[in-house]
Amino acid sequence: MRAEVRERPFDPLAELVAYQQGLAAGAYGALTSFVGTMRDFNEGDAVLGMRLEHYPGMTERFLERLLAEAAERWPLLDALILHRVGALAPGDPIVLVAVWSAHRGATFEACRFLIERLKSEAPFWKKERLQDGERWVEHNTPG
Amino acid sequence: MQIRVRFFASLRDGLGLSDRAVELPAGATVADVWAAASDGRERPPAILAARNMEYTDYGTPVADGDEVAFFPPVTGG
Repeated sequence: MRAEVRERPFDPLAELVAYQQGLAAGAYGALTSFVGTMRDFNEGDAVLGMRLEHYPGMTERFLERLLAEAAERWPLLDALILHRVGALAPGDPIVLVAVWSAHRGATFEACRFLIERLKSEAPFWKKERLQDGERWVEHNTPG
Repeated sequence: MQIRVRFFASLRDGLGLSDRAVELPAGATVADVWAAASDGRERPPAILAARNMEYTDYGTPVADGDEVAFFPPVTGG
C-alpha cells in the first residue's frame, strides 16, 4: 500500500496502470478507483486556480494510518492514495484513491471509506483564486 | 517547558503567524498553548488542534518538546 503527497501534476490513469503492474496478476478480481479533479466553479463563482496546502508529516502519517485501517476492515490486496499539493489549474487531478481486492464489494466500500475520511480529516486546505482575489475554501461539498 | 507551535491555512493568514515557540509551566494543556501562542486571542470556532501530528483535544496535557498545531477544518480531496 502506498500513500503519497505530490507537489507536481500527475496523470491518475497512468499512475493506476503503473501501480497495478506491480501487483500479482490473477490475485485480484476487482479494482475500484476514485479521481477528484479541480472544478472551475464553486459557490456560484468562477474559479481560476487553486493552491493546496498540507501539514507535511501529519498528512502522510494520517493517510498511511487510514490505509492500514481500511486493510483491517476489508480483505484488500492493495491500495493507493495519491494527493496533489501546490498550484493547480481547473481540470488538474487533485486526488487518486485506488483499491484492489478479490471481489468488488470490498473495493467499492473501502474506496468510499478512504475518500470520505480523507476529505473530512486529512490536513489539506484549498485556497481558490477568483476573478477578484483569493479565498480559503471553508468546507467541502457533501458527496 | 518549551512547545513548538504551528498555524496553518486561513488561521495562519489571520494571525499573521506560521510558527513560534512558547514557554509554559508543567501541567499546561493544549488550550494553554493556544492562549500563549495567540497572545490571548479568542479561539475562532471550529479550530482543530494536533499534538505531535495527531489530532487532540484542548484539555490534553502537553510535554516539553511537543509540537502543537492549530488549523481550520480541512478541505482536501
